[in-house]
Amino acid sequence: MSKWTVVGRVEDIPPLGARVVRTPTLDIAVFRAVGDRIFALEDRCPHRGGPLSQGIVHGGRVTCPLHDWCIELAAGEAVAPDQGSVRTFPVRITDGQIELDLDRVTLRAGAA
Amino acid sequence: MKKERLVVIGNGMAGMRTVEELLQVAPDLYDITVFGAEPYGNYNRILLSPVLAGEKTLDEIMLNDLAWYTDHGIELIAGRKVVGIDRRAHTVIDDKGAATPYDRLLIATGSDPVLLPLPGKDLPGVVTFRDLADVDAMVRACEDFTKAVVIGGGLLGLEAANGLLKRGMAVTVVHLVDTLMERQLDPHAGRMLQQSLEARGLRFALPAQTEAILGDDRVRGVRLKDGREIEADLVVMAVGIRPNIALARSGGLHCERGIVVGDTLQTFDPRIYAVGECVQHRGQVYGLVAPLFDQAKVCANHLALLGYAIYRGSLISTKLKVTGIDLFSAGAFQGGDGAEDIVFRDETRGVYKKLVLHDNRLTGAVLYGDTVDGSWYFRLMRDGTDVAALRETLVFGQSYLGDPGHGGASASALADDAEICGCNGVAKGTIVKAITTNKLFTLDEVRAHTKASSSCGSCTGLVEQIIASTLGGEYTKTPSEKPLCPCTDHTHAETRQTIVAQKLKTIADVMAFMEWRTPNGCQKCRPALNYYLLCAWPGEYVDDSQSRFINERAHANIQKDGTYSVIPRMWGGITNPKELRAIADVADKFRIPTVKVTGGQRIDLLGVRKEDLPAVWRDLNAAGLVSGHAYGKALRTVKTCVGSEWCRFGTQDSTAMGIALEKMTWGSWTPHKVKMAVSGCPRNCAEATIKDFGVVAVESGWELHVGGNGGVKVRTTELLCKVATPEEVMEYCGAFLQLYREEARYLERTAPWLERVGLAYVRAHVVEDAKERKALHARFLFSQSFSQTDPWGERAAEIPVRSEYAPLKVVGV
Ligand code: SRM
Ligand SMILES: Cc1cc2nc3c(=O)[nH]c(=O)nc-3n(C[C@H](O)[C@H](O)[C@H](O)COP(=O)(O)OP(=O)(O)OC[C@H]3O[C@@H](n4cnc5c(N)ncnc54)[C@H](O)[C@@H]3O)c2cc1C
Ligand code: SF4
Ligand code: FES
Repeated sequence: MSKWTVVGRVEDIPPLGARVVRTPTLDIAVFRAVGDRIFALEDRCPHRGGPLSQGIVHGGRVTCPLHDWCIELAAGEAVAPDQGSVRTFPVRITDGQIELDLDRVTLRAGAA
Repeated sequence: MKKERLVVIGNGMAGMRTVEELLQVAPDLYDITVFGAEPYGNYNRILLSPVLAGEKTLDEIMLNDLAWYTDHGIELIAGRKVVGIDRRAHTVIDDKGAATPYDRLLIATGSDPVLLPLPGKDLPGVVTFRDLADVDAMVRACEDFTKAVVIGGGLLGLEAANGLLKRGMAVTVVHLVDTLMERQLDPHAGRMLQQSLEARGLRFALPAQTEAILGDDRVRGVRLKDGREIEADLVVMAVGIRPNIALARSGGLHCERGIVVGDTLQTFDPRIYAVGECVQHRGQVYGLVAPLFDQAKVCANHLALLGYAIYRGSLISTKLKVTGIDLFSAGAFQGGDGAEDIVFRDETRGVYKKLVLHDNRLTGAVLYGDTVDGSWYFRLMRDGTDVAALRETLVFGQSYLGDPGHGGASASALADDAEICGCNGVAKGTIVKAITTNKLFTLDEVRAHTKASSSCGSCTGLVEQIIASTLGGEYTKTPSEKPLCPCTDHTHAETRQTIVAQKLKTIADVMAFMEWRTPNGCQKCRPALNYYLLCAWPGEYVDDSQSRFINERAHANIQKDGTYSVIPRMWGGITNPKELRAIADVADKFRIPTVKVTGGQRIDLLGVRKEDLPAVWRDLNAAGLVSGHAYGKALRTVKTCVGSEWCRFGTQDSTAMGIALEKMTWGSWTPHKVKMAVSGCPRNCAEATIKDFGVVAVESGWELHVGGNGGVKVRTTELLCKVATPEEVMEYCGAFLQLYREEARYLERTAPWLERVGLAYVRAHVVEDAKERKALHARFLFSQSFSQTDPWGERAAEIPVRSEYAPLKVVGV
């Protein structure tokens, strides 16, 4: 199986918005930040599990919709003074296609 | 391109604050050269008093050390004075005779202490209290000598006297009039201050005038007009300051008491700016830092070529930095025409408070012994808040404002484990610890570090009190009206005005024109801007859904597990079997776990999956049910009672009135949510008197009540007026809502808005001026003509379903 999974095109995500990729084990939020930079993070806030995909995207960050924690999209780290981190996934864009590097564990229930 | 050259004369607090502000907004615009007569970087002059008292060291009061200048590419020429300005050649000349060219010049030369022309004033041992050299001289004198006289019983004199006393000197303060700090304190508070300073060991001669300073090769005392002589080895003159304008005047700039500047901080020569104590603006000269910081911000805005900030003068407040003595004064404490006093006096506890009111607005405050409410009073003064409703308890402070659920205790009286923030479970001790260990100074910092006051905000006053009491007398900057968010320095009002005046029509345009610091704002400013634009340009502005909080973006309320709740509108609380059947069918079909009757007279379907939302709406739409906007900063519900149709006491058809109001107002976006109610008689079963707009029917017509709130802080409405017909109810309601829509700050409900502007203001626009009422009402209806399409219907009708409700992709299955 190839390492990269195609999940959609950049235009499928609204600018400064996000869409969700469902996998058997978890949801992944795919963000389109300023300058069409794409980031993929587990869709689970390190605070109490809020869906980050539903937050407001600003600069390189997203604000969780439940209690306003701010998460750095690139590193998956909460912005100080909050502490916590969320898993990030490598992304690459090929001809406008978004591809995620999803490991076997994430895809366990299906491909294995 | 070659950079322009900015030369700054004066390395003090105002000059350097301007440079810091400038670097924030335009870091690369200028090559900057700074001349400072004092041979160091920039230090916090107001903390010289704690240095003198031995409570702080020099290192602790440095604001910008020499490395800061190097790091920012600024050339600092310290220890060199500028002695001339050649405005034709655009150069300044320093005391070594060198000429330095400028494209723009900033003068920030501060003040000089006043030296009374007394015999003996030049004797060794006579000093002033202005800079580090003065403090050095005083500290050295304390090592060799034992007796001091301070001339001047104002803020500076008392702080000097206290410092010398702490260093072991016997100190006498000589003061011309019979009240200490007579410019800040009324005689009563002045006397209390004198008593407690006497209890610490200071001695006073007042009223008394110094006639001569005695001594041959060093001072040995002073002689007063009444003949008395007081021994002293050190005499500190602290009788006032005089703006340092000699240089500007010699350069031909127009000066009166200070260097005269306009609202842009420019002198009569447009290349030359001036800020700080050396400046005279609208006839006013300032001697405290808060106004200078306001000036610095405006001046930097113009130096950065932005050109829209305006300085309108500042309101000032004073605190005395003598540890253990709490004293606060702001505004005018002498009454005068039309003024009223509220005075509180408790000699045993050593507490005295005096508030001065004009037309129900606070214009002055003097607090002695208990100053926790100083910043609250200051805010009321600055905002011009109508205090009529608070009047009875105003003098007891903010914590007496009836704040159910929060006990009304004053913060300092609380134990460390007392819970301050109920939303985030933060105890007082945690806040105090965060303030001291992380050196926090502002409410925002405390919010970020502890989460206290960051949710519902009802504990903000308490948290502010804790900050104030923890920092004690230490300098706290009182910002003028708060900026919208950390992305900008502009206030809500400025932003709204600029949007209209400059015809800005997109969020990006606003951010570009008003120089936002961040590329696309943050979760605080974007929703506010989206609303302001929507309100300013109805029908024209294209809503930016990515700038809305998820609930408004998805048209449903997000729940803690990431599912959503759906609340259809029930006009005036009326439903029927068909609607109820549709709701029941939807709940079955989509296996919705909870169906609940809400507090707003309608039904909530809780636990709907996001991807099911459009289909749920489609089914509800089919039975005629539309969005209830339970998720929006928008019109929520109009509660009604059964009224004259059924009730034996009903005087009017309150249900029909409620439905008519809801039909007129649904779909409108507002600064915060808006709730209404109509009751059929004064028994008021629809609880109209805790709503944003409440109507109570009486035999002769309708009472209109406004500004109620039933949430975090219960507030009952105020009576706006009484009208006779249902048509009038509609017109007044539309006008009231439109005034609120156009003028309140984003996320400010009608209750705090009304408290801020006062009922009289709203009456003037909505009741007394019929023409304006009709115009407001018409603008409301115009805006409504674009907003009354059911958002659920719009989305449910789209096939395929709008992508935001579906996952991007499902993989691995
Ligand atoms: C569903 C409901 C509770 C219920 O089961 O009855 C409710 C639920 C929520 N309320 Fe409420 N409020 C509900 C009636 C009320 C009422 C009663 C009323 O409207 O008569 C009040 C007090 C009256 C008032 O607002 O003055 C009320 C005062 C609040 C407040 C405090 C507002 C304030 O100004 O102090 C908040 C917090 C806020 O808005 O920031 C809030 C916020 C919320 C939120 C939106 C919390 C949130 O941000 O997620 C809750 C959403 C739950 C959801 O997804 O449905 N809710 N809430 C009620 C919906 C009414 C409706 O049909 O639309
Ligand atoms: C002891 C003390 C306590 C105070 N306490 C408070 C307080 O509690 N709260 C409060 O708000 N305010 C307080 N103040 C007042 C506050 O410090 C001043 O309002 C503020 O420092 C004024 O700033 P400025 O930049 O206008 O002047 P300064 O800070 O005096 O800066 C002017 C600088 O310009 C330099 N300079 C002047 N002429 C030239 C020249 N020709 N060439 C080169 N350099 C020149 C001076 O040497 C000086 O360093 C206090 C002041 C003192 C002295
Ligand atoms: S519904 Fe309202 S009162 Fe109940 S928990 Fe939620 S916000 Fe609090
Ligand atoms: S779950 Fe994200 S902030 Fe609480």
